[in-house]
Amino acid sequence: MKVAVVKYNAGNIYSVVRALQRMGVEPVLTDDARTLQQADRVLFPGQGEASTAMQYLRERGLDNVIRQLTQPVLGICIGQQLMCSHSEEGDTDCLGIFDVPVVRFQPLRHEDKVPHMGWNQLEKLASPLFEGIGEGAYVYFVHSYYVPVCPEAIATTNYAQTFSSALHKDNFYATQFHPEKSGSVGEKILQNFLKL
Amino acid sequence: MLAKRIIPCLDVKDGQTVKGTNFVNLRQAGDPVELGRIYSEQGADELVFLDITASHEGRKTFGEMVRRVAAELTIPFTVGGGISELRDVERMLNAGADKVSINSAALHRPDLINEIVRNFGSQVCVVAIDARLDARGWTCYLNGGRIATQRGLFEWAREANDRGAGEILFTSMNHDGVKTGFANEALAQLASELSIPVIASGGAGAKEHFRDAFTLGHADAALAASVFHFGEIKIEELKQYLAQEGISVRRQ
Repeated sequence: MKVAVVKYNAGNIYSVVRALQRMGVEPVLTDDARTLQQADRVLFPGQGEASTAMQYLRERGLDNVIRQLTQPVLGICIGQQLMCSHSEEGDTDCLGIFDVPVVRFQPLRHEDKVPHMGWNQLEKLASPLFEGIGEGAYVYFVHSYYVPVCPEAIATTNYAQTFSSALHKDNFYATQFHPEKSGSVGEKILQNFLKL
Repeated sequence: MLAKRIIPCLDVKDGQTVKGTNFVNLRQAGDPVELGRIYSEQGADELVFLDITASHEGRKTFGEMVRRVAAELTIPFTVGGGISELRDVERMLNAGADKVSINSAALHRPDLINEIVRNFGSQVCVVAIDARLDARGWTCYLNGGRIATQRGLFEWAREANDRGAGEILFTSMNHDGVKTGFANEALAQLASELSIPVIASGGAGAKEHFRDAFTLGHADAALAASVFHFGEIKIEELKQYLAQEGISVRRQ
């Protein structure tokens, strides 16, 4: 199986490469359109700022390449946010794969800190991506912006309010949390993605 | 619900953990990667690796260790010790660390916080503060607690928060190594004044101390070293106890 990881200017994309390697998969890290199109699976990970990441993708034509992929694609963290319609971060128009905006946490209680950082629970699991994962499983989050609950949600999480912690539409999947940093639960989710 | 985090801290010198352990089944007793893996399997939520070597050669070894940890472990980890400029941060992140902790260098040159945040994001920047309560109040110390500064704990923590730090790791020098509990009053004050998570450090000796750091100190995470290394507290048992006490923790 050919697995490609989108190479762009977001941080922490190597941790996904390492997670795949631990599972015995040797992914190719690339920004080449043809390599991405010909892969069996594409991962679109990252941590970073939305507007600079989108600008980088547009300058290289990667925005259209990602939008038109037909194999299973998994966006992670900022990858997920970039697959949405618009992000409040830097007032950024994103890829529009998921028809939902990304907004900033505005907690009403002081004890709800921003960023939402640490291990939190998955609820309302509704996808083969979560096969073998129980309701309430813990995964690792680090983010200040979130996707509200929407029809495309395949998992929700509660922090300050309930938000979409994973999305699915057609061949596109996305998680706000980091499966590559979420212990055995995260490994299982990555394995499920490779089996989709 | 967001879980309170339990974080074992490993001191590393020349690529080996320095504090003793009573783990009997280790292939190599001092190997930080193997120790890290055991903690991860026991349910540790994150790990901190502190480089306490002074030599250049030792620092290189630490970088290689970070690379191995990143390749083998599935939970987030922070590295600290001797990080004084952006280049050090970049090296650690490239080796696979998720976060870096800065201490003396940030007190010397607070702009380092802004630079890290601008280049790599808030989430990678942990500001560690060693402070001691004396007649002047809570005072920050440099160089592993050897040199007193003129800065107070709360005003420095607020400044770090405002400069964009992602978390504050507060070690009470009064409590560190004494094993009578964390500095809960100071922790509670930090929690009420800051808008970022606070990690409690210094003083863990019993399971109840962790509970108190979360309930009385309102800490978001608690860090400890020797109680874990010597097996006095097992992480699974600690989490079971905390769950019974009504504290939200991640159970595997």
